[in-house]
Amino acid sequence: MTHYASDLDQAVSVLLTPGGLDIDALDVGLGHAMGAGIDYADLYFQRTWEEGWMLEDGKVKEASYNIDGGVGVRALAGEKTGFAYSNQITADALVDTGKTAAGIVRSGQQLPGQAMSIVTAMPFYAAIDPLAGLSADEKVAMLNQADRIARAADPGVIQVSASLSGTYEVVLVRASDGTLAADIRPLVRFNVSVIVSKNGRRERGSAGGGGRYSMARLRDDNVAERFAKEAVRQALVNTEAVDAPAGQMPVVLGAGWPGILLHEAVGHGLEGDFNRKGSSAFAGKMGQRVAARGVTVVDDATLADSRGSLSVDDEGTPGQSTMLIEDGILTGYMQDKLNARLMGMMPTGNARRESFAHLPMPRMTNTVMLAGQESPDDIISSVKRGIYAVSFGGGQVDITSGKFVFSANEAYLVEDGKITAPVKGATLIGNGPEAMQHVSMVGHDMEIDPGIGVCGKEGQGVPVGVGQPTIKLDELTVGGTQS
Amino acid sequence: MAQAFEANAQQALLASRAEQALQLARQLGADSAEVGASVDQGVGVSVRLGEVETVELSRDQGIAVTVYVGQRKGSASSTDAGAESIRATVEKALSIARYTGEDPAAGLAEAELMARELPDLKVHYPWKLSTEEATAIALECERAGRDCPGITKSDGASLSTGEGVRVYANSHGFLGTQKGSRHSLSCMLIAEDDKGMQRDYDYTSARDPQALRSPGAVGEEAARRTLRRLGAQRPKTGSFPVLFDPMLASGLVGHLMGALAGGALYREASFLCDRLGTPLFPAWFNLEERPMEVGAAASSPFDGEGVQTRNNRFIVDGQVASYMLSSYSARRLSMQTTGNAGGARNLRLAAPLRSFEDLLKEMDRGVWVTELMGQGVNGVTGDYSRGAAGFWIEDGQIQYPVEEFTIAGNLNTMFSGLVAVGNDSDTRGSIHTGSWLVDSMTVAGD
Repeated sequence: MTHYASDLDQAVSVLLTPGGLDIDALDVGLGHAMGAGIDYADLYFQRTWEEGWMLEDGKVKEASYNIDGGVGVRALAGEKTGFAYSNQITADALVDTGKTAAGIVRSGQQLPGQAMSIVTAMPFYAAIDPLAGLSADEKVAMLNQADRIARAADPGVIQVSASLSGTYEVVLVRASDGTLAADIRPLVRFNVSVIVSKNGRRERGSAGGGGRYSMARLRDDNVAERFAKEAVRQALVNTEAVDAPAGQMPVVLGAGWPGILLHEAVGHGLEGDFNRKGSSAFAGKMGQRVAARGVTVVDDATLADSRGSLSVDDEGTPGQSTMLIEDGILTGYMQDKLNARLMGMMPTGNARRESFAHLPMPRMTNTVMLAGQESPDDIISSVKRGIYAVSFGGGQVDITSGKFVFSANEAYLVEDGKITAPVKGATLIGNGPEAMQHVSMVGHDMEIDPGIGVCGKEGQGVPVGVGQPTIKLDELTVGGTQS
Repeated sequence: MAQAFEANAQQALLASRAEQALQLARQLGADSAEVGASVDQGVGVSVRLGEVETVELSRDQGIAVTVYVGQRKGSASSTDAGAESIRATVEKALSIARYTGEDPAAGLAEAELMARELPDLKVHYPWKLSTEEATAIALECERAGRDCPGITKSDGASLSTGEGVRVYANSHGFLGTQKGSRHSLSCMLIAEDDKGMQRDYDYTSARDPQALRSPGAVGEEAARRTLRRLGAQRPKTGSFPVLFDPMLASGLVGHLMGALAGGALYREASFLCDRLGTPLFPAWFNLEERPMEVGAAASSPFDGEGVQTRNNRFIVDGQVASYMLSSYSARRLSMQTTGNAGGARNLRLAAPLRSFEDLLKEMDRGVWVTELMGQGVNGVTGDYSRGAAGFWIEDGQIQYPVEEFTIAGNLNTMFSGLVAVGNDSDTRGSIHTGSWLVDSMTVAGD
């Protein structure tokens, strides 16, 4: 908790003091955004410092630094939202944006404003500037190390690119329901991508990861070496890949990042806004079976230092772990304040926005399937003919029909219970509420992904995590070319 | 609307900031520098079930500075355009340039290539409408859709209007500015039967509000597209011809251009490395770029580094005739820039066009794809595998909707196996093309 008070001090000094504002001045700003006919209003202050370093051809060739910041003001009346924002964090800007946002909608009940209360929350990551964890020379050295190791790993490596990026983000939320909350959010990532030429074929391999911690930890975790070797290994596997099969078959998904299945097949469909509007294939299914027995899925913002974790969300609600599916039964939605209020539920700490210039919506944090009992080897052995997919690119879902896809970029044939040849990348397609009922085995090897996910919704990108153990789906459609 | 936007004043302001940043960069030790600055302003209104849902006023600005010290490069950007912030941005770019490596190919585009012809391409059509007027248009659009029998729910209709100014300047003395606008109206509806819900949408988008389709037409088309999906089945697994809807065919052109892009080529990350002058499409197929087209989606007389844009011919008689290069990727490939820093501008097909009915007859039996999902395109190998929805075609006739299947192949063979292109051109984006009929792909369904 003491960490938390210092977050608030730090946020005030970074966000408000430079423009001559203090916490008391926010009441005045909020006053402009409230007034007759407004149910709720909030002010969201944000500043981000972002750094990116890129290596190719054995040299760090590009480096960039970006500073962004401002205030977003939102006024809610019933189901209506008025929104305006400004790059300036000054008293004048607060008056302008507040009046503009409130002027848009004036038809609500005007819920009474609440006395200010500082939100207390457990910190799930350190309140640090992650960019300061390494010197510029050390950053360059890490990238050079990745290049050296990738090139030494195999003579077939013809191109290596590596990147190191980080964001230091400070946010402060003040809302008419009394909320005053701040959060210091570090986020770093290291990536290696290689092209390998072998047997007359060129293939790409990539690996990366990171989380909400200092760049120094990337160095201490030796990610440059690990990701470089992993990228080369994946590219080499793909140079041997045969055409993937086409049609319905059993699919085994590896632990960790293949949890993108959950994100697409069930996650989006359980976001509060889609269920309030009745546009989700999961709408009205609360309390019903939507997955096989043994399938338990949570959205967990509390995982220490994870990419999708949030100490408080973008409305100031403390981050939490929300049970979505328990032993196959739908038990919860992910909510922000607007949708929770309209559905008569509680916010779950899932309000997220890309920046101060975007409206918050219910979004995932880290979406995870909990471990089961099976050993991964037994799961593979149980498959007569199918595929085993261990790495994926991206995915997408149509939340209304429930159809979802996700694209494998490292997968293998499974024949008579044995992993045989690697297959070329293929897209897998299924129907969310049905596919999860085909989960027949859940491994004991739960893993969180390495920290690479970005989720897009209505044009807004936010960092997310996924996790799962090795699982088997009895049938899923595999989009290969061998029919 | 609520906020006034004086495009000419903004243009002058951005130009002076850009020049200020260039001057600072030189003073502080840069050998050369380039600056991009922009301001965009807009309004977005969304309605659902006959009520306003959100009204958003947006105003975004930014300045990005790249400096070169010898052959080293550094970049920095900021959304705060005050004088102090510009100075801090330039200083940061210079400090970063101390740590990057010497790159013989780094630097501005050659001075003699800077655009000299800077005609007004008429891409700026401000739309002065009040929040109430914007709301009324969105409501009319949604109402037209919801009035169609069978539509049970709505994801709403949205109207957005925006205009902006961008400036690019570099230390060759080049300064280019452009004012532009973009307006769009969209509607997404839901229909339901005993097999579940389906949704689809339609949109209209143009630089000139006069060119938008009517709100009623957009709502009705969204309803038609939604209703026709009801009762979808899964197609059989097998190899079949695939007909791509114009919107999806423009995606295939996008994959082509991604593979012709200099950045992918010099990194050996394209399936079109070393393919210049070789056949890729049938001989009747040509693809050209028209950057100077008046009023079009991506028109500009100069590219992202000030180079004069030109009518590139990327595919001529089915052969790869040109790559798509910036000055940097051109140096890496020992070639000349094609004026494509920032991408291609207004791609147009030159090919014999056939009616949609004709394409269905030609296909006879296969799948007409109207939606694609997911990534599933490997630019290094050209391997292609994506989720899809559409209609089953038998005897050249539309039979029933199909969904939850994938189509897979390789872009090389898809391009060489292009059978015909439709005259049903989609002109909403910067790539204009009709439907594409591809001879054979693997369909994975039941």
